[in-house]
Amino acid sequence: MLTLAIETSCDETSVAVIKDGREVLSNIISSQIDIHRKFGGVVPEIASRKHIESINNIVQEAIDEAKVSFQDIDLIGVTKGPGLVGALLIGISTAKALAYGLDIPIIGVNHIEGHVCANYIEHKDLEPPFTCLIVSGGHTYLVQVNGYTDYELVGRTRDDAAGEAFDKVARALGLPYPGGPIIDKLAESGNKESVEFPRVMLEPKSYDFSFSGLKTAVLNYLNQKQQKGEEIVVEDVAASFQQSVLDVLVDKSFRLAKERNSKKIVMAGGVAANQGLRTMMEERGKMENIEILYPSRILCTDNAAMIGAAAYFNYKNGNKSDIHLNVIPNLDLKG
Amino acid sequence: MEIKLNGLKETEEFGMKLGNLLKTGDILCLNGDLGAGKTTLTKSIGLGLGVTDYITSPTFALINEYTGRIPVYHFDVYRLENVDELYDLGFDEYFYGNGISIIEWAEKIEKLLPKERIVLNIEKGKDIDERRIIITGYGNRYVEITKELEKN
Repeated sequence: MLTLAIETSCDETSVAVIKDGREVLSNIISSQIDIHRKFGGVVPEIASRKHIESINNIVQEAIDEAKVSFQDIDLIGVTKGPGLVGALLIGISTAKALAYGLDIPIIGVNHIEGHVCANYIEHKDLEPPFTCLIVSGGHTYLVQVNGYTDYELVGRTRDDAAGEAFDKVARALGLPYPGGPIIDKLAESGNKESVEFPRVMLEPKSYDFSFSGLKTAVLNYLNQKQQKGEEIVVEDVAASFQQSVLDVLVDKSFRLAKERNSKKIVMAGGVAANQGLRTMMEERGKMENIEILYPSRILCTDNAAMIGAAAYFNYKNGNKSDIHLNVIPNLDLKG
Repeated sequence: MEIKLNGLKETEEFGMKLGNLLKTGDILCLNGDLGAGKTTLTKSIGLGLGVTDYITSPTFALINEYTGRIPVYHFDVYRLENVDELYDLGFDEYFYGNGISIIEWAEKIEKLLPKERIVLNIEKGKDIDERRIIITGYGNRYVEITKELEKN
């Protein structure tokens, strides 16, 4: 069964063709192709109206690269939220037109659910139940996945996303954007115990996260050092800051996994590419006898393949949207 | 006018009071460095507007929408490279729409902001938890709000 999927929730315009929910035939992401050469314009980095300029070309590219025709497609999947209203609308309108024109079913997918499903593509034998940590520049969620379409949102950030904290601390340290990979690299040669930054755990039983206070603590530390004219060792600050974030992410993930008797913790989102996080999760996993899984880098970012996987599993479970499908900007996982 | 806030509790009291004063169509601009407390203040303003969701940072998403007693549009233009990108977001539909617009890093898009607005500049004080808020109202509606805030 072939699914054509569209993802336009934020910066990336992406279209993919997926076979049986697990096999990627094509996965085109706008920011990765040479748009200047190809379309003679500027790459649509930001939002809504610019998705319009590229969506049709990217749909065609996804079809071509998959070496299929529109008539071969059985199902349309599209991100319905959360995200920017205008940006989402471009994807939904395109998806509806395709579904209507080809007379095939359409399924609106939750973007966060998509991140979870990226792992079904990467790990062909992965089946629920498992515990899932979704961490990126825009999202921080802890989810218990009970079935292919049965998600329980257990924790989320109350202020900054984990990846956002990395980017903002990197900026304060004078490092280029995106800051996550650079901090990760610097942290390898820094002393993670050199500065004592807070680990914000919130209420004892809470699975929510808060990274805004940590960000401010790092900024205050840097200001004080500068005022006193003392040297700042960037590697040490990076390592200490990163450790504060990781301690909280790892601790809460394992606490949930143990509470629910999960044998697997699955990671998703851009921060799942962080080497420090992967190493720490895997070391703790060995101790606790819990398997740690994460997708390859391309499937960690926003992409349509993961939306196609989610659409497929929803369809198999009897879920279906119709032509009245609409965007839901603030969609929680239940929506 | 200028006020001093010490700690989260005073910030919450001030934010809620300001939130209570806001109406449909109001434009509220927040300026201040990273970690000054723009999102924290927005959370408190949200409480005054009856928003029950967690108000989270809009840096990545650029705009977050919330449902309070009226819609609340929470912008963060920190990530924007140039003002043209704001046109691509359809910002005017928000600024002149049916809700309240709260804009972080508003000074970056000064030229595109409606002339009448209230501007809060947040500066860090001497103590770690102290903040100075400098409030300026442009236009009668916002001068009134500033006066209300000054009352106690």
